[in-house]
Amino acid sequence: MLSIRNIVKQYAGQRALDDVSIEIETGKVFGLLGPNGAGKTSLIRIVNQITAPDSGEIFFNGEKLSQVHVERIGYLPEERGLYKKMEIGEQIVYLARLKGLTRADAISRAKQWFRKLEIESWWNKKIEELSKGMQQKAQFVATVLHEPELLILDEPFTGFDPVNADIIKREILELNQKGATIIFSTHRMESVEELCDSIALLHLSHKILEGNVKAIRNTYRNGTYLLEYEGAKQHINGDAPFTVLSETSLDGCQQLMLKINTGNKVNDILSYMMPLAGISRIEEIIPTMNEIFIRTVSKSN
Amino acid sequence: MNKVLLIIQREYFSRVRKKSFIILTILVPVLFIGMFSLIGYLAVKGDDFSDRKKIEVIDESGTFANKLKNSGTIEYSYSNESYTTAKTKFINDGYNYLLHIPASLSGIELFSDKKPSATTIDAVESGLTGILQSQRLQAAGIDTAVLAKAQQHVSLVAKQMTANGEKDAQTYTAYAVGLLSAFLIYICLFIYGTQVMRGVIEEKVSRIVEVIISSVKPFQLMLGKIIGVGMVGITQFVLWIVISIVLSMVGGTLMMKNAAHARTEQVAQMQKATGAQAVPPPDNNMAVIMQSIESIPIAYTIACFLFYFLSGYLLYSAIFAAVGSAVDNETETQQFMFPITLPLIFTFAVSQSFIINNPDSSLAIWLSMIPFTSPIAMMIRIPFGVPAWQLATSMLLMVAGFLFTTWVAGRIYRVGILMYGKKASYKELVKWFFYKE
Repeated sequence: MLSIRNIVKQYAGQRALDDVSIEIETGKVFGLLGPNGAGKTSLIRIVNQITAPDSGEIFFNGEKLSQVHVERIGYLPEERGLYKKMEIGEQIVYLARLKGLTRADAISRAKQWFRKLEIESWWNKKIEELSKGMQQKAQFVATVLHEPELLILDEPFTGFDPVNADIIKREILELNQKGATIIFSTHRMESVEELCDSIALLHLSHKILEGNVKAIRNTYRNGTYLLEYEGAKQHINGDAPFTVLSETSLDGCQQLMLKINTGNKVNDILSYMMPLAGISRIEEIIPTMNEIFIRTVSKSN
Repeated sequence: MNKVLLIIQREYFSRVRKKSFIILTILVPVLFIGMFSLIGYLAVKGDDFSDRKKIEVIDESGTFANKLKNSGTIEYSYSNESYTTAKTKFINDGYNYLLHIPASLSGIELFSDKKPSATTIDAVESGLTGILQSQRLQAAGIDTAVLAKAQQHVSLVAKQMTANGEKDAQTYTAYAVGLLSAFLIYICLFIYGTQVMRGVIEEKVSRIVEVIISSVKPFQLMLGKIIGVGMVGITQFVLWIVISIVLSMVGGTLMMKNAAHARTEQVAQMQKATGAQAVPPPDNNMAVIMQSIESIPIAYTIACFLFYFLSGYLLYSAIFAAVGSAVDNETETQQFMFPITLPLIFTFAVSQSFIINNPDSSLAIWLSMIPFTSPIAMMIRIPFGVPAWQLATSMLLMVAGFLFTTWVAGRIYRVGILMYGKKASYKELVKWFFYKE
């Protein structure tokens, strides 16, 4: 879908992107992650052709990215904004027409979306009369109205209350199911794990990690487990197929953080522990994207 | 190109539909016409509004007895009382002024209960001077008839020689047309330039600009805004002209009727006053004014006006757009506004005093060539006649000028609209200009 190759972007005195290459597959949800100032917004602006890279190329479905692709991309910038004095319906139609829709198409689609999000009564309201959350909803509609093949969302959930964030999330996933490729840009990792198929991690203008979310997390597995059992604290001797990292007792329960010995399986842990106490929970600790993010970023520092 | 049209459309309609636009469009011609009618009315009928000043004359010299002429605002009455009694009675005797002429004719005094008005002093002074002058001349043995001839007021008929023969020069009309059109251009460049700047700042502050330039090029957005606002300006002009013409036609017919009526009355009065003496037909002022307006080629002047308004607007609004893109709010524009508007202010100031009196001086010619100053300078010169080659050169330079500023402004604009929180300095702007895409 989108092939970003060796992008370099230099701003006065500082390099925003240094030789960044990313491949994004059609129909996937892609997470562009990184702390503030990593270069995410610079990259997104380049994909949106708001700015041009100093060097490097981008291909859209195999074609070199050019002005004709603008109409096939939808962009929700991090800093939202609409004309304050303009009526909301008229404004959305205007923005959609800038993306190449005819007036009639834009109106009928906008009405449809308004019905779907139950905001029909807003059509003639001016933006300044709406709450922040309402403005965000309106802007979301403006972003997706021309049914873009590629949807670029920069921090899409900020500013939404949990209920509306959930509605928007559902709409995004529905668009994805209908075939749209989606790029999320965010520094909030927890939203990524459930939504994204794959990610790229930017840090200080470099791409430091890229790949399938599951695969990345698997590479960060290190055989750490959490085991919880009932009753009094048991002595774990050296025969155990694991080493104890930490031990805590909680409301008559004991929690063990343990690292499995090489060559052993989860079953070995269980068969060692079962005669000793009643096991209530065992769970593998896979680092969250957040931990991977922090670990990778601090490692590269 | 289609998208630029869309942007023009939005910029145009969002402004034209505003209440402030509609109010301004109606109000300005009404106020303008109203002001001029009032001035005209006061000039004709002003005497009726001011009180008739009563002046008591104590003439110890006997030179002026019954010779000072009453006018619309001054009524003389002569008194034989002594100076001192008249002076003590003055406050309560109902006269506004007390004119004391000593026998020696030196140290003539004018007393009044309030501060005397300058026009009254002038009128009394010139009355006294005139009588004294003719008396002395007569005393020197000069015949009254000769005197009357000698005091003939001279009125010049200014003519201009052209290749096509002579024609009336109508200097005063040229003055008025030149000043008016220069003033209009000056004001409108400011009004519409500022509107463009505000529009750019609004888009930047509300952050919608990033959404829009993900659909169109920054230059298209800037161009659309400039053209849209420019069309608002032209719409406003056309409406102003139409409303003014309608209003003045309506008002004109009313005034003409009134004036004709007043004139016949005036003539009758004068005939009564002067007996059967032949009275010269009073000037038909309106006709004279109409005639002199016709002597200025209207179509040519309006065409030049529109050209200089449009090109001047394009030149300056592009700069205004660049300024708007460089700042985060309107207060920050101050540091850029002054140097930008300096050429305009300078030219306008020089126009009123210098160019209008020396339309063919080399300074005037230079100012009417430089694109930053020519819209104003040239409009001052045009009613006086400008050689075709100068006009052509100026227009060519103007076109080159606005193409250049639009290009420069576009390069600053495309970077500026995405810069937040950075205090823009001139150095910064130069840097932006040299940014690659």
